[in-house]
Amino acid sequence: MPAPGVTVDATASLAPPRRNLHRFANPGRFLRLAGKVQPWLTAGGLIVTAIGIVWGLFFSPADWQQGDAVRIMYVHVPAAWLASAGYASIAACSVASLVWRHPLADLAAQEIGPVGAGFTAVCLATGSLWGKPMWGAWWVWDARLTSVLVLFFLYLGHIALLRAFDNPERGYRAGAILALVGAVDLPIIKFSVDWWHTLHQGNTFTLTGAPHMYISMIWPLLFTTFGFTLGFAAIITARLRAAVMERRIRALLMARVEERAAA
Amino acid sequence: MTFLPYVAASYAIGIVVPGGFALAAWRRLLNTTRRLAAIDPRQARRQEAARPEGRP
Repeated sequence: MPAPGVTVDATASLAPPRRNLHRFANPGRFLRLAGKVQPWLTAGGLIVTAIGIVWGLFFSPADWQQGDAVRIMYVHVPAAWLASAGYASIAACSVASLVWRHPLADLAAQEIGPVGAGFTAVCLATGSLWGKPMWGAWWVWDARLTSVLVLFFLYLGHIALLRAFDNPERGYRAGAILALVGAVDLPIIKFSVDWWHTLHQGNTFTLTGAPHMYISMIWPLLFTTFGFTLGFAAIITARLRAAVMERRIRALLMARVEERAAA
Repeated sequence: MTFLPYVAASYAIGIVVPGGFALAAWRRLLNTTRRLAAIDPRQARRQEAARPEGRP
């Protein structure tokens, strides 16, 4: 209970998380931290991915039914994971933008979009290359495939919407709303193989049961998945650093123009 | 190796697309750093301080 006459800040309890969240809103601080982290992400991504790819291509066993086509999994699964994780990151950035107005959240969502769309395209293309020899078709309107295709269109819609307005702030806001609405596709992708028993195989990994895969295949898969994730993070960090610097360049140029106009 | 063309095409796509994004991001970062250093005196000073002695 405060003493009489002492003013109490009603928002004081909100202050610590808000400060933490906005700690990296300072562009200089963000650039310094990102500059230190990025070489580690890049090197880690390259090394771990290379180990996983060589392991998956040459040392992991072929499947007794699928033969060597199963090796496509070591590229397809990491790409599928990053397609969903990338969109989930955009949705998280959208929450940070709409609720807390975090200045870097909009830029992060903008920079994740094209890379996430690229990884979704890789997922769809490698899935198609896996489907042709196994199912006899490049494409089927299976629930999992269709929901991932919808995710790809959501990415494209998000990218287009951000660039559709003269005022970037309005584009960011519209993009954030689209990202949050589109996030409903993520659980549909995850559970599509349980809800609809169509052509795509069921989940290999579950929270409760043992994985439906030999350990000799799980290890290279974990390596490529972790390596791709590090690489994805490195690409996003580089793009975000460039975007922050581009914003600073624009601000400096505008300031110069205004100075000249005033003089 | 069975199904070699499909496996090779998958790995090619899985390497070329992320590699392209990485290369584009690296070039963009390099260009932006140069442009910022050219117009921002603080950035130029920071780069000057970070450069090892004796190097131009």
